[in-house]
Amino acid sequence: MEERYALELIEKNKRIDDRKFEDFRPITIEQGIIQKAEGSARVKLGDTEIIAGVKMNIGEPFSDTPNEGILIVNSEFTPLASPDFESGPPGEDAVELSRVVDRGLRESKCIELEKLCITPGEKVWAVFIDIHIINHHGNLLDCAALAAISALLKTKMPKIVDEKIVREDYEKDLPVVAKPITITVCKVGDKFIVDPTLEEENILDSKLTIAVMDDDRICALQKQGKREFDIDDIEKMVNIAIKKSGELRKLLD
Amino acid sequence: MAKTDEKMIVNGKRIDDRELEETRPITIKVGVVNRATGSASVRFGNTEAVASVYGPRELFPRWMQESETGILRCRYNMAPFSVDDRKSPGPDRRSVELSKVIRLALEQATFLEDFPKATIDVFIEILQADGSTRVTGINAASLALADAGVPMKDLVTACSVGKIDGKLVVDLNGKEDNNSEIDLAFAMMGTKKKVTLLQMDGIVTKAELVKLIKLAEQTCEKIYEMQKKSLKEKFKRV
Amino acid sequence: MTEIEKEEKVDVVVPGEFISEKAGRKVGQGAYYEGEKVFAEVLGIPRINENEIFVIPLSGVYVPDVDDKVIGCIKAVEISGWSVDINSPYLAFLPLSEGVAGFVDSHKDDLSRFFDVGDMIFCKISKCTKSKTIQVSMRVIGAKKLYDGITIKVTPSKIPRIIGKNGSMISLIKQKTVCDIIAGQNGVIWIRGEDKAKAIEAILKIERESHTVGLTERIEGMFV
Repeated sequence: MEERYALELIEKNKRIDDRKFEDFRPITIEQGIIQKAEGSARVKLGDTEIIAGVKMNIGEPFSDTPNEGILIVNSEFTPLASPDFESGPPGEDAVELSRVVDRGLRESKCIELEKLCITPGEKVWAVFIDIHIINHHGNLLDCAALAAISALLKTKMPKIVDEKIVREDYEKDLPVVAKPITITVCKVGDKFIVDPTLEEENILDSKLTIAVMDDDRICALQKQGKREFDIDDIEKMVNIAIKKSGELRKLLD
Repeated sequence: MAKTDEKMIVNGKRIDDRELEETRPITIKVGVVNRATGSASVRFGNTEAVASVYGPRELFPRWMQESETGILRCRYNMAPFSVDDRKSPGPDRRSVELSKVIRLALEQATFLEDFPKATIDVFIEILQADGSTRVTGINAASLALADAGVPMKDLVTACSVGKIDGKLVVDLNGKEDNNSEIDLAFAMMGTKKKVTLLQMDGIVTKAELVKLIKLAEQTCEKIYEMQKKSLKEKFKRV
Repeated sequence: MTEIEKEEKVDVVVPGEFISEKAGRKVGQGAYYEGEKVFAEVLGIPRINENEIFVIPLSGVYVPDVDDKVIGCIKAVEISGWSVDINSPYLAFLPLSEGVAGFVDSHKDDLSRFFDVGDMIFCKISKCTKSKTIQVSMRVIGAKKLYDGITIKVTPSKIPRIIGKNGSMISLIKQKTVCDIIAGQNGVIWIRGEDKAKAIEAILKIERESHTVGLTERIEGMFV
């Protein structure tokens, strides 16, 4: 059983694909791959592949923020990506992923939502980020968050003529002023690893997802996984996340 | 509830007259739903949660059964009248996410291996929402599990901590939650101090985070003593 | 007359609470250990003696154990036996060979003539696997079908108190109410006779107050 082998290796300070505990798999980022979308990116972490698409629409602002644009993150765990995904409305894992990616983007204020106001109190730009899982081989969250910010960084805002959106006629870039990076640190026994493969995800004890801003402050935390961790582990995992986020952020330059 | 420009801290006191590290008045009752195997209600100020536990009971459909271990299912729900603007009945994305994280928070403390093929069903209803609903729900659910006689490693104790007007505080009420710079939910096993839930929104430095976690741990210690006391008291009454 | 039972000290523990050092003893039901320390797993009364440390739960479902004597209700007539509801998350099975002595041709005979859906039986747990597949047997002394009467359910862990030391408590109730009473270890109690209502009242009182002092006197006082 591959999973048991993965566990044995980690106990011996090795990993299934010969990586070090703090290494990510090879990462590829391609931006602007979907013509019809205002922004898009395909990100691969090893064999895990996710496409994020950004669509801009005109909508009504929320009543408590009448002068700000809105951000909506959605994810599809499409059945083609894994034998464990089923058709139908998003399950709890898809909902959680959307909400955690959303938190990383929203709390870091990476999109200047005040600049997305068209008519105060009536019309604003709505930024829809849709995360489409193409292949699930572990660490969907970090891959999705990276795909989302990669797509946003190359998103263009369409022109509005006579109150209608003119698609593919772009006026300017979406105002994105930060690059929040999400790193999920996993605990296996008393060791910490990042970017787990699918086999590693099935044997790990617990994980902490940490969204890190450009200045190393943290803007989201989410504990996941079936087991508990110690209070002292929190700082250790945050340190690892801050370090790795710096490395990943360089890929977005 | 909307953000306001109101100051959250005036002269070192919070809008409801509390100290920075003071929780709201906490009320606990064990055994409130007599049809359930176990139940409890917990109030933190105006936030009120009721939890019921049914089971262990046989799990249907059969294909969901695990032959080596039981499962725990959890539903977190907010009553339509619990908030300012009526909430439509039924699960929304937030309830789906919270049901999942709460389930995991409780599962980690439960000896599920003692009940292969069975399920323990936990239902949490928020009757009044004034901030920190998920941690209030977890406190109630943990008591309900103990009341039901479900074997657990420990009680699970939870609280919220955060930052308002630049100051670190515990147990955020609704207004504070909406105007907070940091809002962090924390749950741990009461005596073993193992973390079973950790979620944060806001912007925090690593140093602040370490302080907040310490505050959360200390607050949970106090809440744990109350949980323990209420469970023992239920059986002292004749 | 009845033996006056030693009254139990009220000493409730909660899950996770430390009970005692293990010191080479067996850790029984309701408790678990980490290294040398024994903790409670359920809300209940701890019991420490020289051989064992365990906790009597104050609530909880019935978890079957081999050799337990239980009262079950026939749920379905199957091909080679019957499925039995034993008030547990697990359904039990009574095989033909354990239900009826002698040869029965299951192709010719309709098994419902021996036990039919709804019949109450007093039987023994004969097998209990790790995955909680449960088998019961009627081929033990004392096992029988229970005719007429009614059944009530109580918290299984209270049954020993309801039975009393050497059966003293249950004998008292049987005598005073002129009833037949059988208490299954699974929390199901069967009662048949004259003053069933009084018997039920006494039993439920013991269930509620099982961990308190002076209970025996209070029960005796009910029949004065």
